[in-house]
Amino acid sequence: MAAPQTAPVQTPDTREVPDSGRPWVTVVWDDPVNLMTYVTWVFQRVFGYSREKAEQLMLDVHHKGRAVVSSGARERMEHDAAQLHGYGLWATVDRS
Amino acid sequence: MSTFHRSGDSYLATFSADEVRVLRRVADEIVALLTDSFDHGDPVVGRLFPDVYPDDPQDSAEYRRYTEGDLKTAKIDQAGAILAALPPRGGGTVRLDAEEAETWLRAINDVRLAMAVRLEITAGTDIEEELGQAVSADPASSRVFQLSVYAYLGYLQESLLQALIGHPANARWSEE
Repeated sequence: MAAPQTAPVQTPDTREVPDSGRPWVTVVWDDPVNLMTYVTWVFQRVFGYSREKAEQLMLDVHHKGRAVVSSGARERMEHDAAQLHGYGLWATVDRS
Repeated sequence: MSTFHRSGDSYLATFSADEVRVLRRVADEIVALLTDSFDHGDPVVGRLFPDVYPDDPQDSAEYRRYTEGDLKTAKIDQAGAILAALPPRGGGTVRLDAEEAETWLRAINDVRLAMAVRLEITAGTDIEEELGQAVSADPASSRVFQLSVYAYLGYLQESLLQALIGHPANARWSEE
């Protein structure tokens, strides 16, 4: 995909330090509407993932009901979730 | 039934007058849903603006306060992009550049999500089967129309996506 990707945010989350030191994660949940090809394309588009990685994540979502699609600082995960909501994916943020 | 194909740097579909009417109607409905009739209690709104912290209503509300306005504006603009590209009257050819094609993909997806909530589509739903049952119950019913439009938009979205990413539809999506 030709999508220019922004560099990962390196700044630590200043709003809340996870007490366990674990990062936060963005989770995408399965839904009966989004086409599998579309979900794969969105993962490539939003995260710059290879087609192979995006497809594997899509299959995880499809077969396991959910998949962690990114991890890192909380604000970054909220940003990712907002992007995914723009594409109509069902995304949530959680501690890993 | 019209689908998109690529021609050079453009993505083209030639729609009948009926198809244009349907696309205009569903895009109008999304705009109405996100403007005058915006209601957090509406399950369609719940699906288009998911709780980012399902177990923490307070954090979800705070997140919503920061992000909902932008997301709503983006979704209204997406639906508006469909309306802007359609022929003003009758049928005709829609020509999109790559950026517009992506906007259409997101907009069609919003429409399908909204319709699926109303139609109570679940993981176990077989659209063809649902349609068959609805036709036997009452061929002139609104449910027959809505299911047909929902199925049509799935094909249209898939054709646009395949035109955009440049390889033929694989068999996999029929499993979905």
